[in-house]
Amino acid sequence: MQLNWGFMEKYLPMYIDAAILTVKIAFGGILFSLITGFICAIVRYYKIPILNGIAIVYIELSRNTPLLVQLFFLYFGLPKIGVVLSAEACAIIGVTFLGGSYMAESIRSGFESIDKVQLESAASLDLGPWLTMKEVVFPQAIAVSVPGICANVIFLIKETSVVSGIALADLMYVTKDLIGLYYETDEALLMLVIFYLIILLPISIIASVLERRLRYAGFGD
Amino acid sequence: MENKVQLKINNLRKRFGTEVVLDGINLTVNKGEVVVVLGPSGCGKSTLLRCMNGLEAISEGEILLDGEKITAGSKEITKLRQKIGMVFQSYDLFPHKNILDNVTLAPIKVQKIPRKEAEERAEKLLRRVGLWKKRKAFPRELSGGQKQRAAIVRALCMNPEVMLFDEVTAALDPQMVREVLNVMLELAEGGMTMVIVTHEMQFARAVADKIIFLEKGKITEEAEPEEFFTNPKTETAKEFLQSFVYEKHKIQ
Repeated sequence: MQLNWGFMEKYLPMYIDAAILTVKIAFGGILFSLITGFICAIVRYYKIPILNGIAIVYIELSRNTPLLVQLFFLYFGLPKIGVVLSAEACAIIGVTFLGGSYMAESIRSGFESIDKVQLESAASLDLGPWLTMKEVVFPQAIAVSVPGICANVIFLIKETSVVSGIALADLMYVTKDLIGLYYETDEALLMLVIFYLIILLPISIIASVLERRLRYAGFGD
Repeated sequence: MENKVQLKINNLRKRFGTEVVLDGINLTVNKGEVVVVLGPSGCGKSTLLRCMNGLEAISEGEILLDGEKITAGSKEITKLRQKIGMVFQSYDLFPHKNILDNVTLAPIKVQKIPRKEAEERAEKLLRRVGLWKKRKAFPRELSGGQKQRAAIVRALCMNPEVMLFDEVTAALDPQMVREVLNVMLELAEGGMTMVIVTHEMQFARAVADKIIFLEKGKITEEAEPEEFFTNPKTETAKEFLQSFVYEKHKIQ
């Protein structure tokens, strides 16, 4: 197989721009989904009335609809009721909407793993809900949640490839575009794979180091 | 010993759904007194202790601590927690904090005393139970007995007026039971007001000023230890005490 190196060199800057966009959407989406997830996890863990119901509906809705459908709703649906968002904003909101539920369940499973006697001894020391969460529940829960959170991060970065569906020039979009224009399929796909690996491999490595560090973090029987 | 009333429980009732777990408990604990609660499992011993610490809301009745009234359903129940320390059966230290941080967490964050002062307080107590050298260790690095001693210190570090012990040696290996009971004996001698739930009869006899026998949520006997152990009045108490005696030829 003969690769067209000249082609790859010529369109490298396009791929770099696309990678930056992918990272931007992923970063924004992941950051906001962590915030959303944390809030939902708290709401569900403490079973806060009304909000708990809303959180359950949100989580089921978000997990059981494809991201592309969510993006279409934001990008093509909302303008019909007068809400016009940029494609980039739609992408970040979409990733947040999807990721928030996954993060919520990962974080909540960490909260739920804390033994009841831990909460009771915190209560017997009069720690109160806020201090109990901050000093007792959260630091222990995060060690349990991190593997799930890391898996979600990688999953969400890969999911961003769907945003090409609303005309955002991310890696997937550029690749499809170049294939359509020049038929340099092998080269375009190779570069796509390489760029995804450049983004994802370091994250994957950091994640496994983090998991190991937390597992041997000097606590937990 | 002063005869000042420290803790008084009037007509305390606790229901879980329709099940009545505590049925009209009246109990007076004087300052410096050690009360041991005995009874068959499921009689409500632990629930009584948990009510006294505000971990369980009381359904009826009132608890008076230093004359301050805490009634069923009031939010003031949490006031009990700072004045009443509690140690549980399962090791309940915070596994992600070392021993010193476990002990000083609540004094610093809840009572808002300066860290230096809290650590001085902790040092005195940890030295007393022989754990000062282990202050930087994490709970998982300690033996069961050491963990329970640390848990006692953690409760003591809040300067409580009353200490509650809920079967604190039940999960320990026999040789570790002693070291924990010794700490409790020492506390009792030091004049701490204590309410203890235990299955260590010898210890109960030695440490108690008063024995309470609980049966189906009611106090059926209240007596001095010598009297209770040599001459129990109710049949259930007799049977209960008999269950700790092993005689070979009697087993059929």
